[in-house]
Amino acid sequence: MTSLRSWTGRRLALGLGQAAAVPALVFVLTEALPGDAADALAGDDPDPRRIAVLRAAMHLDRPARQRFLDWAGGLLRGDLGTSLVSGRPVTRYLADGLAPTLLLAALALALLVPLSLLLGVLAAGREGGPLDRAIGSATLAVYAVPEFALGVLLVSVVALRLGWLPPTAVGGVREQPAVLVLPVLVLVARPLCSISRLVRAGMLAALDAPHVRQARRHGLSEARIRWTHALPNALAPAAQQLARTCDWLLCGVVVVEALFVVPGLGTVLLDAVAARDVPVVQGLAVVFGLFTVVLNLAADLLARRLAPRSEAAA
Amino acid sequence: MNQLPRRQFLLGTGAAALALTTAAGCGTGSTRAPAADAASPRQGGRLRAVFAGGGNETLDPHLTNLFVDAARAKALFDKLADYGPDLAAVPRLAESWEPDATLRTWTVKLRRAAFHDGRPVTADDVLYSYRRIADPERAFRARASLEPIDLAASRALDPATVAFRLKRPYAEFPNVLAAFGAYIVPGGTEDFTAPVGSGPFRFTSFTPGRSLLLARNPDHWEGAPHLDELELLVAAEESARVSALLGGQADYAHELNPATARAHQGKGRIEVVRLRNSAMQGFVMKTDRPPFDDERVRRAFFLIADRRELVDGALSGAGEIGNDLFGKGCRYYPADLPQRTQDLEGARALLRAAGAGNLKVTLDTSPVAAGFVEAAGIFKEQAARAGVTVEVRVGNKDTYWKDVLDGGTFASYRSGAMPIESHLSQRLLSTSTTNATHWKRPDFDELYARAQSTADPAARTALYERMQRRLHDGGGFLVWGFADWIVATAPRVRGVAPDAPANTLDWARFDRLWLA
Repeated sequence: MTSLRSWTGRRLALGLGQAAAVPALVFVLTEALPGDAADALAGDDPDPRRIAVLRAAMHLDRPARQRFLDWAGGLLRGDLGTSLVSGRPVTRYLADGLAPTLLLAALALALLVPLSLLLGVLAAGREGGPLDRAIGSATLAVYAVPEFALGVLLVSVVALRLGWLPPTAVGGVREQPAVLVLPVLVLVARPLCSISRLVRAGMLAALDAPHVRQARRHGLSEARIRWTHALPNALAPAAQQLARTCDWLLCGVVVVEALFVVPGLGTVLLDAVAARDVPVVQGLAVVFGLFTVVLNLAADLLARRLAPRSEAAA
Repeated sequence: MNQLPRRQFLLGTGAAALALTTAAGCGTGSTRAPAADAASPRQGGRLRAVFAGGGNETLDPHLTNLFVDAARAKALFDKLADYGPDLAAVPRLAESWEPDATLRTWTVKLRRAAFHDGRPVTADDVLYSYRRIADPERAFRARASLEPIDLAASRALDPATVAFRLKRPYAEFPNVLAAFGAYIVPGGTEDFTAPVGSGPFRFTSFTPGRSLLLARNPDHWEGAPHLDELELLVAAEESARVSALLGGQADYAHELNPATARAHQGKGRIEVVRLRNSAMQGFVMKTDRPPFDDERVRRAFFLIADRRELVDGALSGAGEIGNDLFGKGCRYYPADLPQRTQDLEGARALLRAAGAGNLKVTLDTSPVAAGFVEAAGIFKEQAARAGVTVEVRVGNKDTYWKDVLDGGTFASYRSGAMPIESHLSQRLLSTSTTNATHWKRPDFDELYARAQSTADPAARTALYERMQRRLHDGGGFLVWGFADWIVATAPRVRGVAPDAPANTLDWARFDRLWLA
């Protein structure tokens, strides 16, 4: 137990370091983009004097290092700053964007976990059997379709041609929950394929493991062997893939949110980058960084619990 | 009243059939005759309009920058004047304007109008709004437009009369009153979280980045809107705007691609409205540096362009060809100048005479506007046929306009509708702030100044024509086309003006729309 605790401590410290490094890196990258918020705001009216006034009003005329240190100092006090463009606090942007994104991600995960387990276990039922081959080729085919294409396809067929579901979330998510169906489907499609294939591969390896063969010799029922002995061992790699998928959900969400007009973090990020609104981009980097670290930590812990011998984590 | 016939003419047979079915549907449900029902506005309902987003996400009308900002601002606020279909100023909150003999003092009479909280719109509100816009500490976009006004010397003569003192004679002063973003707000206002304006709609609620909900202002000076409610929504992706419209989640979608418009035009599910002459399309040549400091090279480039091919290729045919002058269809546009056509032999001869036989030019472009990169590619092919090598360089779209203002030699360019005088003063004088062709000619400046101190409209028209002939002969703007601005509506939406270029009074004029 002490080893687990010190291991957790080490992982946590590493994670915090990573979470701190992400905003610094993002700051450097945003600074490296051509142009700043004043240029972007001036748009097609690039009067140099106006840009100069805008730049001074946004305090962008100070050195980049000083701006970053000010921002980092604010972060330590829990202050993420205000948007350069609208003057609204960054926390408002995050609070407004977080709810729809979390809702999408949670629904996607709630669907993804049981479905990928089921598909993986079914496919592993008889290796090379017709069911395995059918699931294998279907998942491969779906995996090959990018989110954007799948989204457009679903919108034009399911929403616009058949009229079964609303095509976008324009007008609000709370008023019409059915708008979430298509975005969640698009989000789930590719991870479902990759994770179910991992579960299948893990199951096949586990079914061949000595302890499972031992259980079989003891005459345990095939279903019991499958679900209680093989599956937990098969889950370790899948759990880590799932954590990566959670990160990916935050990225995939950018495309899906744009396509379906869900006003979540992805939309906030796109707008902020286009406007060179550095404080908002930084705030998002902090949130995304923390998410990633926490999720990976949880996945590693889970993997250790599921398969302590494998030492898959660390 | 002639809305229905004009709509049929515009949209062709599909829309005509649709109009008939709609009219018949109304006829069965009401006692009025179908034709009368279609022509007379119906009161009530909520119209949901979806625009491309990413705006400033505040409701301060002086921060207006994008189309969605302008649509929000014009629903909530009024300007003293606005642009008619030919971009000439028409009175709004101003009832009339009158210059003195020197054209340096303009007396503007206000009409009887009230803000949403009941306070009357007064001369002090006007001066407060203009001084706020002109504040040198801020960077409001309309500030450059108000620059000719000496606001310190301008006064309220009485609550309904403003005397504007100008820094110099300015015959087109009414254009200033109609300038983009020059809205009148109640005196002293700095907080726009729940804005109070004088416009046709009142504020209900605002969720930045998502939706602005407005309610009909029954006391608007021009008469109450037909709609009970207006909701302005935001969707950055064009495909999402179209989907929302097709799926019944929106009734009006702004800014569609020509390909989308062609796919849905006349199919009956949505009605496509093309706002002609909304966006000038062209290339800018820097006239102060090689190779374009030689007028013969500029004229050769004029002759290289096959304008029809550019309009068909880059705009999918959704537009008209240009004649190297801004403002087709606007007041003062010299429509009788001969249309320039491709003449590759002429171009080669001019280039030879200029000693630019094997000319190589870099063309800056960017996906900042629809058709830019495509037009650059097409022009590259056309130039090759005249022996000119054009290298297309695709730049960053977020900073493109600033990058090409002073950098490079040759670049893609477009401009929304504005009066020809504004185009001249903002882009073609030595003192202009956004002179992308670096056209700095003292004699040209002098012609402009003379036009502005000329009260007689005919004499002024002649001066504008001289200036434009000069640009047509060898200026830095290669204007190959004018793009339609495409909006689409649900079939039940009526009253969309088909002849209003984007940014003019009748564009996005939701107080004139109704739901059949």
